[in-house]
Amino acid sequence: MSKSYLVGDAVDVRIAYPPGHIRAPFFIRGKSGTIDQVVGDYHNPEELAYGRKGTEKLMLYRVRFNQTDVWNNYTGPSKDSLIVDIYENWLEPNEGALK
Amino acid sequence: MVHRSHHDMGGMDAGPVEQIDHVHVLWEKRTDAIMRLVTDKDRKIMTVDELRRGIEQLGPEVYDKMSYYERWITSVTNNLLEKGTINVDELGRKMAKIEARWQADGATKV
Repeated sequence: MSKSYLVGDAVDVRIAYPPGHIRAPFFIRGKSGTIDQVVGDYHNPEELAYGRKGTEKLMLYRVRFNQTDVWNNYTGPSKDSLIVDIYENWLEPNEGALK
Repeated sequence: MVHRSHHDMGGMDAGPVEQIDHVHVLWEKRTDAIMRLVTDKDRKIMTVDELRRGIEQLGPEVYDKMSYYERWITSVTNNLLEKGTINVDELGRKMAKIEARWQADGATKV
């Protein structure tokens, strides 16, 4: 499906709002982060949710985002970050990011 | 077009978090047990992903009104009906029977 990522890779979360069971939370779509951990591959939960076997396996990543990038009015320390579990189908390489 | 699904509330204002232990009543423990039984590796009747999907499909008003385990048991029920594991007729009869038994016992609903 999409490419595999390594720890440290810069990624964007796809901007899409399909109906159905979605495993990329609303607040993180369209945001940019970096791969923190490669968790492993799992049957696609967006398929399993409808009783299908989910035979296609997707890689699951922990992606780190800066809080100031996620929230418009974040008032905490600028180094604060959060980690979200995101499947590969919701990620795209962030070509413009500096390594 | 509504972009955010009702349940997908991460980051929205929700007030303070009540940091207390929740005491579960018997039907809530049974709901948890039923979920474990229908998803275990021997039965595999449904998945936790189907449970979540069913909860997300409850509709905003029902979602807000129901407690945590009310959402669970409603989703499990709907999933088992969809799969034909149980049917509406037997469920209706069983519910009426249990309600009658409660009344005979003088029990109050929790």
